[in-house]
Amino acid sequence: MSNFWHWTVIIVVAAHIVAYVWLLMATAKKKMDKRADNTTGHVWDDDITELDNPMPRWWLWLFVGTIIFSIVYLILYPGMGNFEGTKEWTQEGRFEANYQKVVDAREETYAAFINKPVDEMIQDDTAMLLGQRIYANNCAQCHASDAQGGYGYPNLTDDNWKWGGEFDTIIQTISNGRTGIMTPWAGPLGEEGVKQVAAYVRSLSGIDHDDALAEAGAAKYQMFCVACHGPEGKGNQMLGAPNLTDDIWLYGSHEIIETALYEGLQGYMPPQNEVLDEHQIKLVGAYVYSLSRK
Amino acid sequence: MINHEKVESNVGILGVLIAVVISFAAIIEIIPLFSQASVVEPVEGLEPRNALELAGQNIYVAEGCYGCHSQQIRPFVDETLRYGHYSLAGESVYDRPFQWGSKRTGPDLARVGGRYSDEWHEIHLIDPRALVPESNMPGYPWLAETPVDVEQTLKSMKVLRKLGHPYSDEDIAGVADALADKTELDALVAYLQNLGTAVSRRYQ
Repeated sequence: MSNFWHWTVIIVVAAHIVAYVWLLMATAKKKMDKRADNTTGHVWDDDITELDNPMPRWWLWLFVGTIIFSIVYLILYPGMGNFEGTKEWTQEGRFEANYQKVVDAREETYAAFINKPVDEMIQDDTAMLLGQRIYANNCAQCHASDAQGGYGYPNLTDDNWKWGGEFDTIIQTISNGRTGIMTPWAGPLGEEGVKQVAAYVRSLSGIDHDDALAEAGAAKYQMFCVACHGPEGKGNQMLGAPNLTDDIWLYGSHEIIETALYEGLQGYMPPQNEVLDEHQIKLVGAYVYSLSRK
Repeated sequence: MINHEKVESNVGILGVLIAVVISFAAIIEIIPLFSQASVVEPVEGLEPRNALELAGQNIYVAEGCYGCHSQQIRPFVDETLRYGHYSLAGESVYDRPFQWGSKRTGPDLARVGGRYSDEWHEIHLIDPRALVPESNMPGYPWLAETPVDVEQTLKSMKVLRKLGHPYSDEDIAGVADALADKTELDALVAYLQNLGTAVSRRYQ
């Protein structure tokens, strides 16, 4: 606050306090003549009048109380321009103190299980309850509140993993996020090639397909797709390349296979280490880990 | 001393005196903030919105998103744990009109930037229940089919420059190119992905 405003605020506030004291004293001193019928003399609607009783004393004292309160307040807390108050109270400081209280309490609770091996941690009801709450706030928007995922978002309750379902891998995924990229193959494959490879991919998991097309696609698969999805189509968890031989399809198994071959596909999970701290990631990781082992 | 009866029986004088008393509060509580750095200067790292984000902001305003979503994380521990670092005044200096809001039918969006993928936002804006079955947010499918209004974004950027947003001549010349082939959905997603990213999301 500039010097000008600093002093303006102080002068206006101080002048107000003085004015209220003066108002109280001036009005208390002034004696009004009482009318014989004890009314103020105001008459509305022909016959409504107003009694001229004094204000209740306690109410008057309340007024005095507010003035005293304001003076004490302005000494203890910031209010007079740039004056910080003797308690040096700030909103940030109070937040910091409250936050620390919560963090300390949290760490105290965590201490009971946070350093245990994951298989023991998932036996702890408190740990799982906390993990579930973190999940609900941060993960459910994509992976659904029942963790069964949705179109484009993996199911976390089965034992099928794009990037691996070991505890350490789950922690990696949650902390740093994942970017899965399937590059478009329209160029090298051409329209016919896309149809052939798609048919071959369907044949891997035994879905309805055209045998002739699939046969023609096999060689092209071994040329272009094998690097990520493997010679047998079992996928590669290092790259997040899904297994093509099971019946689990993140985006379905219909025209999307052709579309993916044409245009490519991108899956992105944002890193959570910007939102959650190390222990929270461990807890939610353990919760996710527990889901597939029920 | 003015006689009470004179004040109480004369609406004109009463009105003027009330206005005087109230304006004291404004003079000492509101006006000093107009020149206080923490309120009027952008936080470190905050840039004025680019053309696409600005177009997105205008769509956000036009669709009345603030009716259900606030953009203000209050300095309470529980809010900070859920949404991230509490909002700072200097984060809103390029918001005209500001979208703080006071209604949370949906979650606060002050730090939604980067929390989800672009694709998530696209699906979610078109059909929220495709991703969150229990959501009661309406879908906005027309955004994907409506091209961004280039003229309006250009005008709005020029007006904001007059109000002091540091847009360069190149920024203004580049609006049409930046918005070429973009839909309202692209713009809104770009706006959302930028929200609250100037300050670290986690407190501490």
